[in-house]
Amino acid sequence: MAGWLRTSAAALVCFVALVLLGRVLPNWFVLVATLAFAKGIVALGLVVLMRCGLVSFGQGIFFCTGAYAAGLTIRLLGLDDGVLLTALGGLLALILGLIIAPLLAGYRGIFFATLTLALSMIAYGILDKVSWLGGSDGFNLHAPSFVGYHPATPQDVSYAIFVLTSLATVVAAALCRIHFDSLRGLLSLAARDNEIRVEYLGASVRWVSGMNFAVAALLAGIGGALSALSLGHIDPDFAFWTTSGEFVFLAILSGYASVTAVFVASIIVELVRSYSSQYFPNTWQGALGLFLLLVILFLPQGLGSLLLVRRGKPKSQEVRAESGK
Amino acid sequence: MTPLLQITGLQKSFGAVVAARDISVFARRGERLGLIGNNGAGKTTFVNLVTGYLKPDAGRVVLDGEDIAGLPPRRVRRSGVSRSFQIPQLFASLTPDENLLIALGIASEDGMSSWRPARSAAMTAGLDDLLTRFRLDEYRHHSIAALPGGVRKLVDVAMAVTHQPKLLLLDEPTSGVAAEEKFPLMDVIMRALAGSDATVLFVEHDMEIVGRYAERVLAFYDGRIIADGPPAAVLGDADVQRYVTGMAS
Repeated sequence: MAGWLRTSAAALVCFVALVLLGRVLPNWFVLVATLAFAKGIVALGLVVLMRCGLVSFGQGIFFCTGAYAAGLTIRLLGLDDGVLLTALGGLLALILGLIIAPLLAGYRGIFFATLTLALSMIAYGILDKVSWLGGSDGFNLHAPSFVGYHPATPQDVSYAIFVLTSLATVVAAALCRIHFDSLRGLLSLAARDNEIRVEYLGASVRWVSGMNFAVAALLAGIGGALSALSLGHIDPDFAFWTTSGEFVFLAILSGYASVTAVFVASIIVELVRSYSSQYFPNTWQGALGLFLLLVILFLPQGLGSLLLVRRGKPKSQEVRAESGK
Repeated sequence: MTPLLQITGLQKSFGAVVAARDISVFARRGERLGLIGNNGAGKTTFVNLVTGYLKPDAGRVVLDGEDIAGLPPRRVRRSGVSRSFQIPQLFASLTPDENLLIALGIASEDGMSSWRPARSAAMTAGLDDLLTRFRLDEYRHHSIAALPGGVRKLVDVAMAVTHQPKLLLLDEPTSGVAAEEKFPLMDVIMRALAGSDATVLFVEHDMEIVGRYAERVLAFYDGRIIADGPPAAVLGDADVQRYVTGMAS
């Protein structure tokens, strides 16, 4: 129980700090941080999945589910509460994840990755062609409200979405930390290492994979809804393979030992992207690629390994597992 | 007294190769049985059939009144059967500590559905007891890859006993272990199991080990059991000496 309390207290402190920081940081940085956190939540879901040995190249399908759920709720039902839309985005993505999970839970490696990619591209195709979903251009969203609060200025809207995203981030991060430190979290690492032994010990690898997949879907849906609210626009690119690839990029960059590292990595990538697109508008993807290359060369276990070394954590459970060495 | 394990007419073929030919055998509760036979005699196939890794073509495997033949390993385990492996099947990226925690967690009442911390007080107590019984204390935080072969075997067996099985199958527990370490290894395993009424079947090639630790021996040859009885009688059997131990005069 002490672990739960410590994690919850840390999450609360982080949330308060973020809320205060959001007030003093420039608006452009608040926007960057909001998007970074929203994408970080999706990457955190991927990390959950990677801990049981699976990599999804199709998280875009859940990301777009969350985004379109939020957008269509505003557009069709007129409901615009940010908290409700975020919860709805996560819930619908979770339901979709629970439907797909039994179909994919028996697959591993490249087969799993390819199937998830295929599903996300089917979603992209549908979104691109169906006109009442906005077609290839997508559609715009008006600014949401927040539990009865209607921000007056665009800056207030940005700040309110930042606070909501920060709340979702710290809650997701805390729950994932508790999950990683639990028996269930340890079982994910076991399923990745030796499926046969897990079955012989009496647990189901399919169940572990399926549950992790559903959690990843939920987080992707939440991230999608928050991204849509932050950008004020939705289009089929939310489901495109490059979007899914970006989440894999983030997960590799952070490694899967540290929850905090996922969000640190996400902010770094958003900053690199912002500056690169400003100074090298035609080659910014190359700059991102070079950055990832350097990380793989010099930090093969991701940024998280730096944080763990600082905390003096034993190498066995986390870092060594992460690299597969 | 009804035997714990009653196997009748167990058969398994792989194409033209018959790995189990109409095997019928029983085991009493708490009995220690040694399984001997040359390579390809069908010992590991027998273990795999009992533990659900292979489905028999025919036959029954009744454990404590329940037919477990053909059930998957997870279900067989829930019925009270556990096993260790010739090549230890461990979670290689974790420490022995963590390997055992996972085994204990799955064996615990709420299984792995729990979000409770892996190192709760109850789990730690169980872990410490297991580490002490199997003399693994000094290795608990080592990397699995860095462990000596014998220690890996002990971790493998320790993981198998976490849910207090009714039937424990040990597939060559001393294989790959230096000659001088075999008896100490078996001593540790048998002492760790001393308080348990589990029936133990162990596959073994070393006849001295079999002679010392088995109460009864099953000799396999060509997918059949050719001898079943006390160690002295089985090891002295002419067919066993001809086909298994190679000590025929």
